[in-house]
Amino acid sequence: MSKKITPHEYRHLVEKTMPSSRVLRNVLAAFVTGGLICAVAQVFFMGLKSMGVDEETAFMLTTVIMIFLGAVLTGLNIYDKIGKFGGAGASIPVTGFSNSIVSPAMEYKREGYVMGVGAKMFLIAGPVLVYGIFASVVAGLIYYVWTQVM
Amino acid sequence: MTDIVKAFITGGIICVIAQLLTDYTGITPARIMVLFVVTGVVLGILGIYPAIVEFGGAGATIPLTGFGNTLAKGVIKAVNETGLAGVLTGGVKAASAGISSAITFGYIMAIVSKPKLK
Repeated sequence: MSKKITPHEYRHLVEKTMPSSRVLRNVLAAFVTGGLICAVAQVFFMGLKSMGVDEETAFMLTTVIMIFLGAVLTGLNIYDKIGKFGGAGASIPVTGFSNSIVSPAMEYKREGYVMGVGAKMFLIAGPVLVYGIFASVVAGLIYYVWTQVM
Repeated sequence: MTDIVKAFITGGIICVIAQLLTDYTGITPARIMVLFVVTGVVLGILGIYPAIVEFGGAGATIPLTGFGNTLAKGVIKAVNETGLAGVLTGGVKAASAGISSAITFGYIMAIVSKPKLK
């Protein structure tokens, strides 16, 4: 059982197993973090629906609530910690979108309220909106042509 | 209860895909976010994402792919109602609550809170 290995072999072994275990840790953390955020959102969604809100409005309000929570947690410097732990599990939910707005806006406040807060808010959210909205226009155009042809 | 578990699993899996892309390709988080929104638009317009929402509920709508799906859903609805003009109005109209609340809450929180001293 107790086979002796040289320091060199040991280092080799560590290098071989380290990256994969790091990826496994990241993946698990992302799954748990993203899953929990969505589970919390689902609770709000079900609460809204039980109050008689229709499904589409309930989804919309749930998103608004999560954006609000993401902004507050970022302001309290808590979301950064969640992000450090959860990686993509924290950045992909809409709370992370909210975080990507508040975080640079806070940081660049010293550069003023127009070119600091106002402009830097969209450091990451800007590209997301640009490509998202552009994609929706292209998709809409394709859909329009398709409805005319069919 | 099962709906909460389904949301957990759906949201978790979507985030795991993003995490694997980050770890194996080294794409920056900002690019992943852009990629996911666009993917959501594509899957939305193809009618695939609505099926994921049907299963996962908030687990599908809360990730950024869900934001993309909202844009796609809005543009389809607007084209059906108003034709060509809907191409330009539908997406942002459907996403307006998300965009406006992100700007409003984001602005207020940025003003009232202090950045952590490094």
